[in-house]
Amino acid sequence: MLYRENGQFKTSYRADQQMLPILQDRIFMGLLLVFVFVVAPFVFSNYFFLSILIPFLILALAALGLNLLVGYCGQISIGHAAFMSVGAYAAYNLVLRVPQLNFLVVLVLAGLIAALVGLLFGIPSLRIRGLYLAVATLAAQFFMDWVFARVKWFTNYAPSGSVSTATIDIFGFQINSPVRKYLFLAAVVTVFAILAKNLVRSHLGRAWMAMRDMDVAAEVIGIRPVYAKLTAFAVSSFYVGVAGALWGFVHLGSWEPLAFSITLSLNLLFMIIIGGMGSILGSFFGAFFIVALPILLNRAPDWLGIHLSTAMVSHLESMIFGALIIFFLIVEPQGLARLWSIGKEKLRLWPFPH
Amino acid sequence: MKKNRNLMILFAVLLAGLIAPLVTGASGAGFWVEVLLGGLMAGVLYSLVALGFVLIFKASGVFNFAQGAMVLFAALSVARMAEKMPLWAAMLMAVAIMVVLAFVIERLVLRPLVNQDPVVLLMATLGVTYFIDGFGQTVWGSDIYEIDLGIAREPVMILQSVFDGGILINKDDVAATAAAALLVILLALFFQKTKTGRALRAVADDHLAAQSIGIPLNRIWVIVWSLAGVVALVAGVVWGAKLGVQFSISQVALKALPVVILGGFTSIPGAIIGGLIIGVGEKMAEVFLAPIAVKAFDLAGGGIENWFAYVLALLFLLVLPEGLFGEKHIDRV
Amino acid sequence: MGGGKTIGDVVLDLQGISLSFGGVRALQDVTFDVREHEVRAIIGPNGAGKSSMLNVINGVYHPQQGTVSYLGAKRHDVNTHEAAVQGIARTFQNIALFKGMSVLDNIMTGRNLRMKSGLLAQAFRLPSAEREELEHREAVEQVIDFLEIQAHRKTPVGRLPYGLQKRVDLARALAMEPKLLLLDEPMAGMNVEEKQDMCRFILDVNDQFGTTIVLIEHDMGVVMDISDRVIVLDYGKKIGDGTPDEIRGNQAVIDAYLGVSH
Repeated sequence: MLYRENGQFKTSYRADQQMLPILQDRIFMGLLLVFVFVVAPFVFSNYFFLSILIPFLILALAALGLNLLVGYCGQISIGHAAFMSVGAYAAYNLVLRVPQLNFLVVLVLAGLIAALVGLLFGIPSLRIRGLYLAVATLAAQFFMDWVFARVKWFTNYAPSGSVSTATIDIFGFQINSPVRKYLFLAAVVTVFAILAKNLVRSHLGRAWMAMRDMDVAAEVIGIRPVYAKLTAFAVSSFYVGVAGALWGFVHLGSWEPLAFSITLSLNLLFMIIIGGMGSILGSFFGAFFIVALPILLNRAPDWLGIHLSTAMVSHLESMIFGALIIFFLIVEPQGLARLWSIGKEKLRLWPFPH
Repeated sequence: MKKNRNLMILFAVLLAGLIAPLVTGASGAGFWVEVLLGGLMAGVLYSLVALGFVLIFKASGVFNFAQGAMVLFAALSVARMAEKMPLWAAMLMAVAIMVVLAFVIERLVLRPLVNQDPVVLLMATLGVTYFIDGFGQTVWGSDIYEIDLGIAREPVMILQSVFDGGILINKDDVAATAAAALLVILLALFFQKTKTGRALRAVADDHLAAQSIGIPLNRIWVIVWSLAGVVALVAGVVWGAKLGVQFSISQVALKALPVVILGGFTSIPGAIIGGLIIGVGEKMAEVFLAPIAVKAFDLAGGGIENWFAYVLALLFLLVLPEGLFGEKHIDRV
Repeated sequence: MGGGKTIGDVVLDLQGISLSFGGVRALQDVTFDVREHEVRAIIGPNGAGKSSMLNVINGVYHPQQGTVSYLGAKRHDVNTHEAAVQGIARTFQNIALFKGMSVLDNIMTGRNLRMKSGLLAQAFRLPSAEREELEHREAVEQVIDFLEIQAHRKTPVGRLPYGLQKRVDLARALAMEPKLLLLDEPMAGMNVEEKQDMCRFILDVNDQFGTTIVLIEHDMGVVMDISDRVIVLDYGKKIGDGTPDEIRGNQAVIDAYLGVSH
């Protein structure tokens, strides 16, 4: 099948404004969805679900949330794991204190609470920008870390400060096996990815990008910086909050006070730098990368007959992450997503070079 | 004007918080002075790390997130090498290592990214952070190591005649603070009096103009990053001697970021004053405010000092977006 | 020029504007007005305060002294957003396009102010949001046709040549359907052909849509050809104001341009 858009003439603006205007892209996406929901549940092992696909999907959602703020609206945050923790603890307390709530409702409420907190810490972005904002978001990180470690009510007075969750039950359907967890996450993440795509191709998304690219010009054409920045903070924190709740309930099951530390925040940033800032697809690339690389690093030396200690592997991983961030910023600032679209462009022109 | 009024209000609030324990009788004068001194000592270290940060920001426009990682790396280098050689030799070697690191960063990170957006440069230093953290622990190991400065650690009682019960301080703390303060003074002199220092300031004021009169930017960057490395080394050794050399040092060093917010990114006096404010503020908050909060909200312990600096900086930003000594930013369109 | 068109009442009136940055005085006691439907040019040597003037009109800079009256409402401080709502659009000297977005999206941002559907409606792409998007797309397509940039719709603006970027900048401003259009050196750096095109667009906008235009331009030929009245600034002060013919004969203006010592 050739990747060509020749001959696909759009006769209306509606046709031109579809999410995927090119026929081949639609076919590809259709096949991908069939694979994700129909084929994958049968072919992968439990190990693959638990240690790769499940963390990948949740981190992709979190990276997507951060990308809306950093990649689309141009507001940097190095404390986004704080909003994940808000989502996780909000969900924990909702389930604990209002047990009759459906988990889907819990997810949305947890997201909304995270959005509210995100909004609060986003307020400084109205007066400050760029580098100053980076430090302001660190305040969110350390403050929320402290809140959940010290305020006993949030952890239901657990003596160790760690919390554990029960199995999720949605309309009588138990999310208890790796395959079910995977399918549930795949569905949630697909929906959220579509909503995000819709947002960034609407006027709100354009307002975000305008703020990112040239804030003075955006203001002059009537975009309100207050509205654009705060919605970006709120929507971003909502996504990250939902991801945090899923991380706690579906991936971890139980977690310690520092499960959402600054390391996680930095990892989220890493994902969008490597994956591609301002790209929804890129968030997925970045998340996959960060999940797959450590596993590869753990395995690869054994294949070569070298044995490395776990600590050594984690240090190597850190070095490789660092080197990759710098490499991508220098060589391909738009990340893997850009490489992907270059590939598509080449394919479109193939067999001609230009 | 408006800025000055806000500044007055801020300082009034800070001052009120400072003397509140004394006035309300929550603390005796001797203990209060002890806490104050403890805060000032921590503050000097924050100032030192913040200074390294300001140096780099002024000369290369880079918001160096890796400053904390550099502190850890330097401390690790000293601690591990001191196992094989005398401390002074280990420190000299570590200085050489920090200079080499500066060269590598200039060559592989700064030069290819010249004239990029500040946020991109910040992210690049995030990469540097990851790399140095991994590299340092690969080479030097990741346990807790000790640095022995050879100063007795027992506390001494001073000023018994002035305050009831005297004031308890550690000798090594005093020595470390003196060393840090000396370094701060040396750096200030270096900037005022030497030719290189003046060139650095010229670069800070205007990159293009400095280049056009023949100041080589690349070499300046290497010098500045080396200086920041040395500053990180001193901070790392002092902290390492106190807390043991371990990963958490890099997070303590992150507190230099709220310090530069208070002082403004480009101001050396700002870094010093900001460091002292943060140091004293968080100590006072931890000692006097945390017990009240623990009681009022039934907390599982204090630990306010983990976030106090950041939240104080945040509040500062809302009132004074350019910091104490920062320059006002004008958009040109 | 201006034959056949009717110049209306004063729409924009600036009185005694003074603006300084720290010690630098960018504008000193400048007074002038703009009438409905006219093409008003601001000229002057580099650093005369021309761009600052535009920045005062739409609220990017706030003057220390003076008032700005637009459509009868007198203000000391113009709010950028309010200016946009009241139909003031502008282009920029150094092209302030959104470089990460396509030509189409850049121009669509000019419609943002008129788009009302809420966050959830957009996220779920409800029919109402879809319809709104289409309506405004059609309006934008008219601007694209008018400025003859159909072929570049989907191109990221950063990849366009300079002359076309200037045109997209104008397109974005026109998409706002402004009553008053501020143009900051719309022809700087263009070749003769591009300049001719741009002149034609400006006059067409003025003619067909009745848009009032304030423009800064260095090319004297262009200024004298297309503007109805000209104001001359030098070192932040107004040194001349009148029709192109009057300006041509003004001794102070000639001195400023030929560099007579002050």
